[in-house]
Amino acid sequence: MIATLRHAGWVLRGNPVTAVATLGAVLLLMLAAFAPWLMPYDPIESDVASALQPPSAAHWAGTDQLGRDILSRLMAATRLDLAIAASAVGVSFVLGAVIGSFCGYRGGRLDRVVGRVVDVLMAFPLFVLAMALVAALGNRVENIIIATAVINLPFYIRFARAEVNVRRDAGWVEAARAGGEGHLSVVLRFLLPNILPAMAVQISLNLGWAILNAAGLSFLGLGVTAPTPEWGIMVAEGARFISAGQWWLVAFPGLALMLAVLCFNLLGDGLRDILDPRMRT
Amino acid sequence: MRVLRRIGGRLLASLPALLGVVVFTFLLMRVLPGDPAVFFSSGPNAGQAEIDAVRKDLGLDRPIPEQLLRYLYDVGTGNLGRSLTTGQTVVHDLGERLPASLELTLCALVLALGLALPLGILAAVRPGSAIDHAVRMVCTLGVCVPTFVSGLLLVYVFYVQFGIAPDPTGRLDIFAASPPDITGFLLIDFALVGDWEGWQAAAAQLVLPALTMALFVLAPLARMTRASMLSVLGSDFIRTARSIGLSRWRVVAVYGLRNAILPVLTIIGIVFSTMLGANVLVEKVFSWPGIGSYALDALLASDYAPVQGFVLLMAAVFVMVNLLIDVLYGIADPRVSVA
Repeated sequence: MIATLRHAGWVLRGNPVTAVATLGAVLLLMLAAFAPWLMPYDPIESDVASALQPPSAAHWAGTDQLGRDILSRLMAATRLDLAIAASAVGVSFVLGAVIGSFCGYRGGRLDRVVGRVVDVLMAFPLFVLAMALVAALGNRVENIIIATAVINLPFYIRFARAEVNVRRDAGWVEAARAGGEGHLSVVLRFLLPNILPAMAVQISLNLGWAILNAAGLSFLGLGVTAPTPEWGIMVAEGARFISAGQWWLVAFPGLALMLAVLCFNLLGDGLRDILDPRMRT
Repeated sequence: MRVLRRIGGRLLASLPALLGVVVFTFLLMRVLPGDPAVFFSSGPNAGQAEIDAVRKDLGLDRPIPEQLLRYLYDVGTGNLGRSLTTGQTVVHDLGERLPASLELTLCALVLALGLALPLGILAAVRPGSAIDHAVRMVCTLGVCVPTFVSGLLLVYVFYVQFGIAPDPTGRLDIFAASPPDITGFLLIDFALVGDWEGWQAAAAQLVLPALTMALFVLAPLARMTRASMLSVLGSDFIRTARSIGLSRWRVVAVYGLRNAILPVLTIIGIVFSTMLGANVLVEKVFSWPGIGSYALDALLASDYAPVQGFVLLMAAVFVMVNLLIDVLYGIADPRVSVA
């Protein structure tokens, strides 16, 4: 543990980009946690008198068409967007890790069938699939989570399957079996913990993608409905005003999206450096 | 002959996947909530009798397995049903809108390749240089910006600020004369009738959406080009080519690129599939009359048939693209097609 932390510290010192990304991710999480107390204005209540004001000292990111403070809305949205992405990735990680490791452990026909299905799914335009899912399940935030989880699932299944597959004949697995552990126990107590570090990298890289997908869905009008502050829907609402030159309605939510995705992507790359000895530089 | 057999084999092998897609979309649209019979009867206070009549009309009163068999039969005979919102058959609607989407996607792909290949090659020729770092930065940032944001920002900069781009709505200015409908691809149709003014107008409308999509897929293409070029440039035959005094250009562009292009070809398939999905977002931003916006409208109106047709068409296009890439792969690397 201490060695890992020391190694992490060493990597962060030698790799300022990862250090900045880590800091950014921590800041985002804090922002999400403390948004209700940090917001300068109410994110929902409209104030038509001060509609469509450009960024100023009173409204750092300007106001939207209903006079709501964009900065406050961005802060409130951080919470929702991160919650959607985290729950979606959490669901697909748990399901994917379990399905994938059982397939990788058992092998055989089931494994081939699952592998084939996963290949087909991954090849398909996944965003289209997510759209269809949200539309079919109903326009609710939970369904954005489900749709995002479903389109992430194939990646986790494939990843867990491959990682377990290379370990299943390892000495320590054989020792566990010889020691009387059942198959279930071997997978859940020995193989799964062993592949967790590698999957952490996948999770971080996936969070960014999940944020983009969820925002894309709500940009199209699927899932999140009007007064709710969310990055995608804020861009969609601001799109009407871009031709009139009111850029801040789109630019700030877009910037927030970009920074969040950038943080998690860079963090994923950094985690890979820390956890994967083969990639260490 | 061998090539034909190979293509036929691949087509046959893709049938189960296509069938799976059909069944999957059918189940997705039928089993899950949302009753089109209620939606398409005259109004919210339509009587139960009218709703039942609409349901019977749509065949929704029969058991699900029977509906599925009927649907499979219809798909097999080229009948994808009728869109309840436009009143046309889905095949007609999709056929009318597909060229718009394909024109946009293909132009974006060409644009992306035109940017990604040189960037990737430059980065690989001088690893660790300023240009390598610049390319890496562009790639890292490129995957972080959602298409709907970059599209709107491009509109702001080039239409609102500089005024050099045309009004970003649709494929042609509403006052412009559209060309005769020959292929449906505006650029080709204008070129065929020799209307170069119209061609320019259509191209001008196409630039921003195509650029938006190209930026989105630039990163994976450039990254793959760089990686595969790096590994090829480190191999023995490149050292040999250099040592016998071939020009630097010849070594990189002919010997290197020919071998480095294979992994790039593979990833183009994945990139194309991503673009098909991203199409929906870009088409919405630019009011592009393609199949993506068509499917989105149908989806929001819980109009099943167009959505199913759209998903099926996506799958079919995807299978065709992979087939094409397979054939190209065989041409680029003769060892593959013989094996």
